[in-house]
Amino acid sequence: MTISDEELAEQRAGIDRIKAPSRLRVVAGRFSRSVQGRIGFALLALMFLLAFAGPYLGRWTYTDKDFMAFLQPPSAEHWWGTLQTGADVYAVTLRGMQKSLIVGLLAAVIGTTLAAVVGAFAGYFMGWADRSLTWITDLMLVLPAFLILAIMSPLFAEGQWPLFVLVLALFLWMVTSKIVRSMTISLKEREFIQAARFMGVSPVRIIFRHVIPNMSSLLAVDATLNVSAAILTETSLSYFGFGIQPPDVSLGSLIADGAKTAVYAPWTFWFCAGLLIVTVLAVNLVGDSLRDAFDPTAKRAGQ
Amino acid sequence: MRECDERQAGTGARPGTNGRADLADPVLEVTDLDVTFGSGPDAVRAVRGVSYAVRPGEVLGIVGESGSGKSVTSLAVMGLLPPHAHVTGSVRLRGQEILGATEKTLTAFRGKTISMVFQDPLSALTPVYRVGDQIAEAVRIHQKVTGQQAARRAVELLDLVGIPNAAQRAKAFPHEFSGGMRQRAVIAMAIANDPDVILCDEPTTALDVTIQAQVLEVLKRAQRETGAAIVLITHDLGVVAGSVDRVLVMYAGRPVEVGSVDDVYYRVRMPYTMGLLASVPRLDRGGGQPLVPIEGNPPSPSALPPGCPFEPRCPIAVPACAEAEPALEPVGSPGHLAACVRAGEIEAEGWSPAQVYHAGTGGPDEQGPETPPVHLRPVRLPRDERDVVLEVKDLTKHHPLMKGALFRRRVGTVHAVDGISFDIRRMETLGLVGESGCGKTTTLMEILQLTRPQHGTIAVLGHDTARLTARERMAIRRDMQVVFQDPLASLDPRMTVYDIIAEPLRTHGIRDPGPRIRELIRLVGLDAAHAARYPQDFSGGQRQRIGIARALALEPRLLVLDEPVSALDVSIQAGVINLLEDLKNRLGLSYLFVAHDLAVVRHIADRVAVMYLGKIAEIGQVGQVYDAPMHPYTQALLSAIPLPDPGKERSRRRILLEGDLPSPASPPSGCRFRTRCPKFKTLDETDQARCVDEEPQVRRLGEDHGVSCHFAEKLDVV
Amino acid sequence: MAGFLLRRLLNYLVLIVVATSLAYMLAAGALDPRSNYEGRNPPIPQAVIDARLTELNLNDRTPLFDRYLTWAGGVVHGDFGKTVAGGSVGEDLGRRAGVTLRLITIGLILGSVTGVFVGAYAAVKQYGVFDRLSTGASFVVLAVPTVVLANILIIAGVWFNGLVGAQVFLVSGEATPGLQGGFATQAADRLQHLILPTLSLSLGLIAVYSRYQRNMMLDVLGADFIRTAMAKGLRRRTALTRHALRTALIPAVTYFAFTFGSLLVGTTFTEKIFGWHGMGEQLVNSISTNDVNTVAAISCFAAFAVLAASLASDVLHAVLDPRVRVG
Repeated sequence: MTISDEELAEQRAGIDRIKAPSRLRVVAGRFSRSVQGRIGFALLALMFLLAFAGPYLGRWTYTDKDFMAFLQPPSAEHWWGTLQTGADVYAVTLRGMQKSLIVGLLAAVIGTTLAAVVGAFAGYFMGWADRSLTWITDLMLVLPAFLILAIMSPLFAEGQWPLFVLVLALFLWMVTSKIVRSMTISLKEREFIQAARFMGVSPVRIIFRHVIPNMSSLLAVDATLNVSAAILTETSLSYFGFGIQPPDVSLGSLIADGAKTAVYAPWTFWFCAGLLIVTVLAVNLVGDSLRDAFDPTAKRAGQ
Repeated sequence: MRECDERQAGTGARPGTNGRADLADPVLEVTDLDVTFGSGPDAVRAVRGVSYAVRPGEVLGIVGESGSGKSVTSLAVMGLLPPHAHVTGSVRLRGQEILGATEKTLTAFRGKTISMVFQDPLSALTPVYRVGDQIAEAVRIHQKVTGQQAARRAVELLDLVGIPNAAQRAKAFPHEFSGGMRQRAVIAMAIANDPDVILCDEPTTALDVTIQAQVLEVLKRAQRETGAAIVLITHDLGVVAGSVDRVLVMYAGRPVEVGSVDDVYYRVRMPYTMGLLASVPRLDRGGGQPLVPIEGNPPSPSALPPGCPFEPRCPIAVPACAEAEPALEPVGSPGHLAACVRAGEIEAEGWSPAQVYHAGTGGPDEQGPETPPVHLRPVRLPRDERDVVLEVKDLTKHHPLMKGALFRRRVGTVHAVDGISFDIRRMETLGLVGESGCGKTTTLMEILQLTRPQHGTIAVLGHDTARLTARERMAIRRDMQVVFQDPLASLDPRMTVYDIIAEPLRTHGIRDPGPRIRELIRLVGLDAAHAARYPQDFSGGQRQRIGIARALALEPRLLVLDEPVSALDVSIQAGVINLLEDLKNRLGLSYLFVAHDLAVVRHIADRVAVMYLGKIAEIGQVGQVYDAPMHPYTQALLSAIPLPDPGKERSRRRILLEGDLPSPASPPSGCRFRTRCPKFKTLDETDQARCVDEEPQVRRLGEDHGVSCHFAEKLDVV
Repeated sequence: MAGFLLRRLLNYLVLIVVATSLAYMLAAGALDPRSNYEGRNPPIPQAVIDARLTELNLNDRTPLFDRYLTWAGGVVHGDFGKTVAGGSVGEDLGRRAGVTLRLITIGLILGSVTGVFVGAYAAVKQYGVFDRLSTGASFVVLAVPTVVLANILIIAGVWFNGLVGAQVFLVSGEATPGLQGGFATQAADRLQHLILPTLSLSLGLIAVYSRYQRNMMLDVLGADFIRTAMAKGLRRRTALTRHALRTALIPAVTYFAFTFGSLLVGTTFTEKIFGWHGMGEQLVNSISTNDVNTVAAISCFAAFAVLAASLASDVLHAVLDPRVRVG
């Protein structure tokens, strides 16, 4: 019956080797089979490449002003033209994209983590913990996010954008947390959780070992969709001058400036607006395909 | 439905075997039906070459385990499969081909000439419309009547299927109906236009046995009213035995044996059918003999073996079996067909299922447990001298009944468990049985919580749960483990088998659980190499074995089993039951076995407690309770269970209970069973008054036999 | 039941009070009304500024909590204080609320109804041309933020006007000021102003609802009761509209409560960009002009609107779904 320790270690190593990829591989396989997912992923990769490698190709940095060329159409000198200030559209747009992508990613990760923890604790413990957490969730839902962020905008000046990300994330978790809560309530009745409970596993451990991992598909999808929500919010705030503060630029502030000159200088508007749309579209495509990949039974019954 | 057949038999011979009905043209004729999902190498051939015909008034039973293609067959006949299903063959309804017919033709037939009763009555009705309106809709599709006439007809139909107060209940929404009532409503809908054929797809599987008996009775009545042919699809060999004329057994998408019900049950010629019959626990036979499981699992419909699909599991397979799939050929009496190369041999030698399967126990299969060929009951001390492992006294659990999603409020108290007492001794199995809503699961949860109950006491291994410290509670958790009903739901899908079984060990601070896990995996009859796989890679029976291995990890003394085999097919179920029995004897365990299947309990339990509406109706030794039940509810419950034996079924008298279980929020005064009690009706007024006013307590009436009925008397119902 | 309703409304009241107070504290702490008066030429004496700020209850030299108490005292009597310009916040917002409500109502009805039908039809024709087109279109629309969408609509409107050589779409304000003419002229003018802002608001909603309704409808399409309805002899189309769509509408109604918040934000952007003088425009302006009292009042209004929407969606849910009705 007993086996040597070496054999055991070997066996366990084998287990570890097989363990990690198994489910991931299935999901990844399904994801890569979906055309929509592949397009989204390729677009997103392209956007990242453009935003982070692109600036090294251009001749101008985003702070440079070419006083020889105000509001010039695209040319060999300025690939995407210039703004009224003489700034190079290519350089500032890529800079704005960097900001949008980082802000979006970070805010989404923080927001989704918060949602998972708050929702799972509220749903698992019920009682007063649930009541107070739900109340806070409701309060956050009732608070006008845009207004609060706009009021706090002076605080985000001078490179304090991480703070901006944090506050943005604080307004991204409520709806997901409600979904997580109701899923936790039903998961809690599932027999494998009860089995763990009756085995004597502590509640916090159950939450982190059984509850949250079993919602990982929802959370992955939600995090992806939160990226686009965060990017859109950031853009809108910056559009009205409440988000990323000058001298830094963001797609929002560029779009706001470009909109004024769009009719007679379309390059000032369409490059940044177009890239923003493509980025968000790519993120949404990835999120949607991920959802299908995680849960193939939900929709693709016919294929 | 048999009654009806007998009525018809009065004018001629029994239909389906010979005589009159054979001469009538079939109303429904299915020939060479094939259903394939998807295409290419991934194609799933769910149904392969099914042919059958039913004549007016005939009842055909289609039997098979899950995945055998029996439900897909009926959906294909109705033309209700999704578009990606590829259906070939022929389906002729009153001589007209309907496979591939236009939607217009199909809709003219559906609900009018051929109608269907679905398995799950919970979801078969549109939740947002009133039941009466949905039935009236069925009437108005095919008949030119006014809305009022249709509504009146709907009430008539509801009345016909036995819904009390039909006019008023027609205005209710589906969620206000109990499962049995919903199924009646679905039947009412199916017979609304006097169909010629009614397809019933597992019509009683989701229902409790007493309700199942009622619904089967309603189906008989429906058939009487309409004279329709019925195709009854089920996995329950007992239901088939008592209700049909002819049987078609399906395996891996194909019919493997067809014949009259007596031929198939008494002169069975196909090893698979034999296996099914041998693996069913029987209500009319005591324990002592292990069940005969069919080893292995049914093949996946996308990867069928080249030869006979049953060959890998067959105890009498010969090399020829693996070469080509045998055709369905006549064997013995006319109309009896079997798909087995050795059918002729079986016929000639007259082999019984026991002989065939005994021949197969050459050595334990890799799937099978290490069951000794001869089942040994260990020698035990007399009951009184063994330790009490679990003692429940006067346990009560009431919880508030909330209503409304918009304005949630408390509208009453559910008396889920209302003062029950029992005990379990070492090396003993107590079966806790009852229908849904009787409080058996609540009782189990209360015991597992290990906290102070609302009322009464629970003592586990001598410790009163009301006075446990956290440390003691943890210690008891080691000694008391649980196995749940749904083997897939009880295993975390994201963990490997290794981690699943390691969890209790790690939780209780056992480092290096590797060797123990290996030992456990072998103990439950699995392969140690399986440790690295995920639960979804296993079949139902194997998953349940994993669940049992986890429960045994800490060497518990008491195992609480919540319907551990009810989610499994019979052929798999037998293996798990044998395993549990074997483990009990080898490891000296005690079981609290909660189940609704009385046959399984008879097989595995030493003592049994029958619950009704939060109370114990009858408790005692298995033999005494089953052979001489004294409580009218136990009698009705036992008589409602169909036996997989057509002869016995024909001669049995069934005690039909009226109506549904009363709401546990407002249990009847006095004896809770009196509102449905057949005995109550026979009593005179003073005796009835006693039932109404005085709540009966469990009285000891035999050596180990307690009954809570004022007027208990013995009755043989099995 | 009355008790339950009361408890729920009380909880709503508490939420509104806390949310509004929080918004006031934040605004009063972060915004700087004093800066409105500084740096002017000729400079305004400090004492005058102080007096003016104190009069408006905006003086940052008064402790925040005292200002809050003064403000809260007014609110209890229905007085939301004064704007930085000295007008009454209540009157100002009352005037603007009508504009906002008109825009929201039309956009909401158009957006949700169209979205639901597009989604339901796409689900029925899953993987058909319409499904693919509508799915693609909603993905694109969902990727366009309202601020960009509004600007694109303006650019397109101006381009179209230039193309046909007439002012078909008017892109600024709710009506042409001082326009002479009868009812027909006035109505036509309002309609010309209305089209683009309504589109800007409802396109997103259509996209959201069509996606959501498509998924809900697909879930229901596989349900047993649709099979039952077809087994009765109903045609597929009838079964779908009568049984599937009706049932799949229920979650869409619940979803309404979740989308309402983003609808408010969308309205803000639309108003600001199209120059409608509604509350949304005022919200953006009030932050730029450090108008603490207006900010707080708008927060209060927004909180109220979100809670009213959630209550309304619960009531609608109960109306549509017999399972949640009080039995």
